[in-house]
Formats: sequence, structure tokens, C-alpha cells
Amino acid sequence: MVRAGASQRKIMLLALLPFVIWVSAFELVPIGRMLMMSFQDSDGQGFTLGHYVKGLSGPIYVQALTNSLRIALLSSVIAIFVALFCAYAITRYTTRMRDTLLMLTNMIGNFAGVPLAFAFMILMGNNGVFTIIAREFGFDSFGAFDLYSELGLTLIYVYFQVPLAVMLLYPAYYGIREEWREAAAVLGASAYRFWRHIGIPMLLPSIVGTFGMLFANALGAYATAYALTGSIYNLLSVRISALVSGDIFPNFELGSALAVILAAIMLSAILLNEWMSRLSRRRGL
Amino acid sequence: MERGKLWPGSVVALLLVYLFLPIAATLLFSFAKQWQSELLPDAYTLAWYKQIFTDVRFLEAIGRSVFIGVVSVALSLLVLVPAIFVLAVYFPKWERAMQAAALLPFAFPPVVSAIGLMKLYSSGPLPITGTPWILIGVYLTIVQPYIYQSVRGSLRTIRAGELVEAAEMLGAGRWTAFRRVILPNILPGTMVAALLSFSIIFGEFVMAKMLVGGEYETVQMYLYNEMKSTGQTASAVVIAYFALILVLSGLTLKLGRWKPGRGRRQTQRRNRHELRSDRERAEGLSAAAGAEPGPY
Repeated sequence: MVRAGASQRKIMLLALLPFVIWVSAFELVPIGRMLMMSFQDSDGQGFTLGHYVKGLSGPIYVQALTNSLRIALLSSVIAIFVALFCAYAITRYTTRMRDTLLMLTNMIGNFAGVPLAFAFMILMGNNGVFTIIAREFGFDSFGAFDLYSELGLTLIYVYFQVPLAVMLLYPAYYGIREEWREAAAVLGASAYRFWRHIGIPMLLPSIVGTFGMLFANALGAYATAYALTGSIYNLLSVRISALVSGDIFPNFELGSALAVILAAIMLSAILLNEWMSRLSRRRGL
Repeated sequence: MERGKLWPGSVVALLLVYLFLPIAATLLFSFAKQWQSELLPDAYTLAWYKQIFTDVRFLEAIGRSVFIGVVSVALSLLVLVPAIFVLAVYFPKWERAMQAAALLPFAFPPVVSAIGLMKLYSSGPLPITGTPWILIGVYLTIVQPYIYQSVRGSLRTIRAGELVEAAEMLGAGRWTAFRRVILPNILPGTMVAALLSFSIIFGEFVMAKMLVGGEYETVQMYLYNEMKSTGQTASAVVIAYFALILVLSGLTLKLGRWKPGRGRRQTQRRNRHELRSDRERAEGLSAAAGAEPGPY
């Protein structure tokens, strides 16, 4: 650490001032304002827990919450399962190839939101490529597939979760040393037994941490679902946005309460991730 | 590894096919004259691209998105890089505050944080909703985690503390040390962060929709509006947008390998650094590529 005199320290602090002001103005104060609003009555005054009660008991809001949780859970689990294989396969390549593969994966990760919803419509919408193929070959079960339903949404969520899961899980594989595999092989363990008893347990903190990140990611997602179904499919993020910027009379207080509920769930998922990465660091991974 | 070469290859191939399939379909659609109920289009055309690139509305939208992106990224770097440097070198104890601030956007996604912003800035002393200025303000908070990770990583790699100490011992002032020694050394990492931030801002939709809406149409808003009317021009927009991401990602990859002003001695020193474990390298890569949730 570089030592600095007291007066010099003050000058140094000046470099921090714009950052502090900026983050306060566009992040901390707005979040505080939202928290405050969530406890105010519909005239923007007083103190009430009514919006939370309504948010956690009104059928439409409960449905939004359970829909969001279900899609987030399902898409995260599937994406982690896929990414476990893909990330491992990527580690088997040379450095240069790995960098390129990771770049491509990451690039696709940026391909989300409105463009992604549109691309899926072309692929699986009512006149989508796959829909037509299925119709031509007479697969009625696929013909009944509806992109604008929960299944369709989950499919798109999985698509944008997979690249993120690969990027997050990939470093963890380097915690598994080649020597351990050799030792296990020498002792007569099969590949299955190596992964079952050594590999997967070593990866577990990273898997749980990645799950937290993906879960939060899916819960907060809005653009993709909105571009695909408008406000029709009932998700918490869609509900919040409709409450504050929809065509109907805006209700900022209820919207704030729902937003606080959403943020609280996301915050726990992210803390889970932090806790898990600390755990895997302590294990010397 | 020799025995296992086959299955990693097929897994990676499957992954790439899966990831590129939607883009490939969009590409085909954007070149198709008409594509209704056949397996493949029967005639191809460039008409849709011609249409969007002669559409004044689209060109204006690009101009707006580029303007917001460039101004936001420039301001973000101006505000964040000195702050990250000062915290890392002179006040390492306070770094936790910045790390916490970097986590905020993930706990409060755009759809959540937009609420307070809408309320605060639609009236009062600073009524800027509906103008690009609120987006420029907000985008700093969105790209902050990526810039923090990238710049902090660069500072760590060059051992900024030791460098500053050495520069000061040789008689350089604080400012000179920062400008002449630190800044040139963290340039590649900072450029990577800048490119990544730009592509995130360019693709941002939720804040643009909720805080500004139709009053200032960005590329994403244009795409959303086109999507509702004609499909094929929208597909041309998607491909143009994807081409831009491709170029930016390629540049990022190139920059990540670039080491400016690397003399022989520095090369040797650097090689010693490269003895770091593979794991550290991998983590650095993921961090540099911004492996954290984006504005979905």
C-alpha cells in the first residue's frame, strides 16, 4: 500500500466524489425512493403494509410470482445441466481454441432480449421453420407446441442461460487437477466413480453459486418475455412494468412493493452465489 | 485426452449449432424474398437491407444509440477509472464498498430500479425522463460492474501499487505517475471494458422503454416497433445488430491479447506472470468477457 499524508488523502478522495454522487443519484436514491413508496398509501403518504399484503395474496400477483419462480428454477437447472458438459468439453481444447469458443459463447450471451425473441419467432413461431418442418412430416405433437406459452418461454430462457452458465462454470473445472484423475485411475476408479465421488463434489460450490446467479438472472429478465408475449404471460417483472408504465392508471406504490419482493428474492440468490464462491476459495480451489 | 477427443468435439459442435440456430434462421429470413410455408425460401433478395438502410428513422435510431453509447462509455470511464485506481492503490480497505456497489445492478434489475428513477426524474429539479440524459445517467450504473472487474484486474496484473511507489521514488508526482505509468499500462483492459460496455448499452431495451419510450427511439426500440409490423425488415435489423456485436467481440478478443509497449524485459517479467495457474487464467477470461447477467 502506498502511504499518503492527511492533506493528500483529502485530494485523493476528490477522485471518488463524482463516483459517489453518480451512484447515489442514479442508483441509491432511486432505490430508497422505491422502498419508501412501497410503504406509502395510494396518495403517496402515510405508512401501510397493504401493498405487500396485496402483492403476496392477490391471485394475479401470486400467479405472477409462482410463474416467475417456476420458469427461473426450470431454466436454471436445465442450463446448468447442459453447461456442465459443454464447459468441460471446452476445457479439453488448446488455449487459443478455448479463447475463441468462450468468445463465441459470450457473444451469444449478448444476443438476448428483443432480437432473441424475434429470432425464436422465426424458428418456432406459428409459421416458424421448425413448426413448418413438423407440420410437413406430420408430427402433431410438435405442431401443438406454442412458443407463446410457458414451455416456449422456458425454452428461450434456457437459450440465454446456457452461455452464462458455461462462462460461470468453466473456471471451476480448473480446480480439478489432472493428478487426482490419474491417482483415481491408478486406484482402479472408473470415470463414473471419479466424477461421482471426487469431480462433482469438488464442483458443487460452483454449481450452487452459478445456480444463484442464473436464478436471479431469469427472475429479473423482462425484455425477452415482453417482446414475445407483450403483457399476456403473467410474470412478476412484466406485472411490475405494467403497473408503472402500462396504459392503465399507474400504481407506483403497488409496483414498488412487488419490485421490493422481486429484489429481495434476487438478492438472496446472489448472496448464495457470493457465499458459495467464498466457500470454494477457502477449499483452495 | 486422446481417447476423449471425440465426445468433447461433438458436445462443442452441438452447442455451437444450438447457439447459432436462431441467428442462422434470422439470417435466412432477412435474405428471403418471401418465406411463408415452405421449408426454405424460393427466392432471395437484398431488398430488406436496402429498405432499412434507406429508412431515415432507422438511421436516426442508429445515430441516437451511438450517441448515447459513446457519451455514456466516455463518462463512465472518466468517473470510474480514477475512482477504481484511488481505491485500489490508496484505500484498499474501502474497496469492499465498490464491490458491493458493483453487485447492486444484479440485485436490482432495470425493471426494478426504473420505478424509483421514473418517480424521481419525471418532475422536480431535474425532469429528464423522456430525454436521452436519463439513460446516460443510468447506463453508468449498469456498466459499472464490468468496468470495475476489467480495470481492477488490469491494476492487479501490473501491480499498480508497486509501480506508483517506484514512480514516486523516482520523483514523479501522483498525477504524473497515474497518467504516464498507470494509464498506458491499463489501456488494453480499459478498452476491453469500454467495448463491452458499449455493446451492453447498444443492446439495452428495458430502461430505454420504461424511462424514455417512443420519444427518443433507439435501435432496440426501433426493432421492437418494426417487429410488430413487418417481420422481414425486423430480421434485417437483427442481423445488422448481430454483425455489430460480432465486430465488437472480435475487437475485444484482439485487444485482450494486445500488450502495448512490451519490451524485452517486460516480456520476461510477463512470462513469469504467465506461470499463474490455469484456473486463475480461466477466471480472468470469464471476468474480462463479462460473465455476468446482462440486461435480458
